[in-house]
Amino acid sequence: MKKTMYEKIWDSHLVVDAADQAPLLYVDRHLMHEVTSPQAFEGLRISGRKVRNPHSILATMDHCVPTKNRDQPIADPIARKQIETMAENCFENGLNLYDMKNPNNGVIHVVVPEHGFVHPGMVVVCGDSHTATHGAFGALAFGIGTSEVEHVMATQTLPQNKSKTMQVVVNGTLSKYASAKDIALAITGKIGTAGGTGHVIEYTGEAIRELSMEGRMTLCNMAIEAGARAGLVAPDEKTYEYLKGREFAPSAQHWDQALAYWKSLPTDDGAVFDTTVTLDASDIAPQVSWGTSPEQVVGVDGLVPAPESFSDEIKRKACEGALAYMGLTANTKITDIAIDLVFIGSCTNGRIEDFRIAAEVAKGTKVAKGVIAIAVPGSYHVKQQAEDEGLDKIFIDAGWEWRDPGCSMCLAMNGDELTKGQRSASTSNRNFEGRQGKGGRTHLVSPAMAAAAASAGHFVDIRKL
Amino acid sequence: MEPYKKHESIAALMDRSNVDTDQIIPKQFLKKVERSGFGIHLFHDWRFNDDGSDNAEFELNKPTFKGAKILVAGDNFGCGSSREHAPWAIADYGFNAIISTSYADIFYNNCFKNGILAIKVNKDQLDKLMAEISANEGVCFVIDLENQQVITPAGNGFIFEIDPFRKGNLLSGLDDIGLTLKHEAKITEYEHQHKQDYPWLWA
Repeated sequence: MKKTMYEKIWDSHLVVDAADQAPLLYVDRHLMHEVTSPQAFEGLRISGRKVRNPHSILATMDHCVPTKNRDQPIADPIARKQIETMAENCFENGLNLYDMKNPNNGVIHVVVPEHGFVHPGMVVVCGDSHTATHGAFGALAFGIGTSEVEHVMATQTLPQNKSKTMQVVVNGTLSKYASAKDIALAITGKIGTAGGTGHVIEYTGEAIRELSMEGRMTLCNMAIEAGARAGLVAPDEKTYEYLKGREFAPSAQHWDQALAYWKSLPTDDGAVFDTTVTLDASDIAPQVSWGTSPEQVVGVDGLVPAPESFSDEIKRKACEGALAYMGLTANTKITDIAIDLVFIGSCTNGRIEDFRIAAEVAKGTKVAKGVIAIAVPGSYHVKQQAEDEGLDKIFIDAGWEWRDPGCSMCLAMNGDELTKGQRSASTSNRNFEGRQGKGGRTHLVSPAMAAAAASAGHFVDIRKL
Repeated sequence: MEPYKKHESIAALMDRSNVDTDQIIPKQFLKKVERSGFGIHLFHDWRFNDDGSDNAEFELNKPTFKGAKILVAGDNFGCGSSREHAPWAIADYGFNAIISTSYADIFYNNCFKNGILAIKVNKDQLDKLMAEISANEGVCFVIDLENQQVITPAGNGFIFEIDPFRKGNLLSGLDDIGLTLKHEAKITEYEHQHKQDYPWLWA
């Protein structure tokens, strides 16, 4: 029987498959942050249960942490309590926590790969939808709710129904300055935010193999924006090279055994996917979202669409609502949209490569008058690496703020947020109403596009710079 | 969890698609460390004006929908983040059933952990239910999980599909973790084999 990679991982993690209940899947790695875990620890305490395998857990603080003045107490007392609760819970249960002051601190989905904590073939969960990021390593990684966080802590398993499989083939080569982010947005634009519901996506094709590990993380990160349970990329030499020598990677003693297993994981030739979607990378222009859903995207050389251009009634209505919220007029050129704030960071685009490409674009420019530009590294390690390469100076010289790591303006829980009517160019993953602050207007873009918009004050086609 | 019982309740209408979890419970309310008390923040940014008063334009603020336990909504309800605060807020507000054509996966799972029955219908059924509510706001539907049935006064009722495991858990109000721990021996056996097969994961 020919199997997809998803089916191989599923089969090897099945603990119980009884007729009268959902299959129980074994969980290898459990990632944690302060927002979705406190009620799970509370549940454990109330029921007198213990964490079954503390070594399977890596925890960080990222959603509520300030990105400046970190030496001072958190001003928001509710956020402070949440941070303190996280520290207490991890201490009580003997968990590995990279707290705010730890040099390993950062956004969970940036920190975890840095330490080689996720390997190909694992089942990985986190109370966070962007857990899909780790599919870049060929691990089945997906977001769960807080009740499930408690379930995994207590049992190291999760009742799961098997997903369908979707193959997204991206052929061809990306043009210069088009990136993994643009592939992710183009896919969401093509299949919609419910296009992947009930499915696990495997990304295949020449353009995917060409992506770096970081690019693959960006791509898999946004599998959830297309509604998928998880995204996967088959491991290859880039994956092994990335992992080798990292703190939690297999030791020299076990390396060959691990490698042999990893090489058995890719989808068998002739295995059948439930659905296949095909794109050509050379057709993908740098993308800009114009609406309040990640499927509402267009190439930078395009126009804000008119509601009547949608034949589907639901999409037409959604377009009307989005244009009203976004303060946009149909048929406006994307490059004519002026922005107030630029944010580079998040678990989607907060890695070193993202800052390198943004710095390349920002070098020698100045942030446009009236625009605020914020660079928030995904972790202290990313920050340090960038500083070692002198990238911080490029940003600071150009008028950017260079911050400490955290989720920051991706979901605006930590005080970094848009005010009503402010418009951002953001490298994050969601442009929902109010996501970056009540009344804030978010345009999702790649790091290079964000950097170009910062100096121009509006979107620009970076291919023409 | 309380066992899920047959009930007759007002069905509120939310004729919007892709209602995301950022709308259901905006991020400023995710900082609490308790599970309770999220209902007052449900749909906060849509439900309240800037000065904190009720937004009369928002559908759930209509007096005819007061006390509704059933929420009828458009496609792809609950998309976005994994926050269980969304179903906590929905349940705490008073809803225990949602009817839509589709849900985001994580949200759907989270509903059943919190005593919310998420019913999937086809487009035609949804259109009829929405039309029935629009024509007669305040109308009550009957939700009968045991028989997997929704009954409406205008005869737009239907039989719905549901995973038998989810149904059983809702009806019994049983704790998932307790059920899983009945398989403790199998989990231990699996872990033993896992250590043999993948020793680098345990080193």
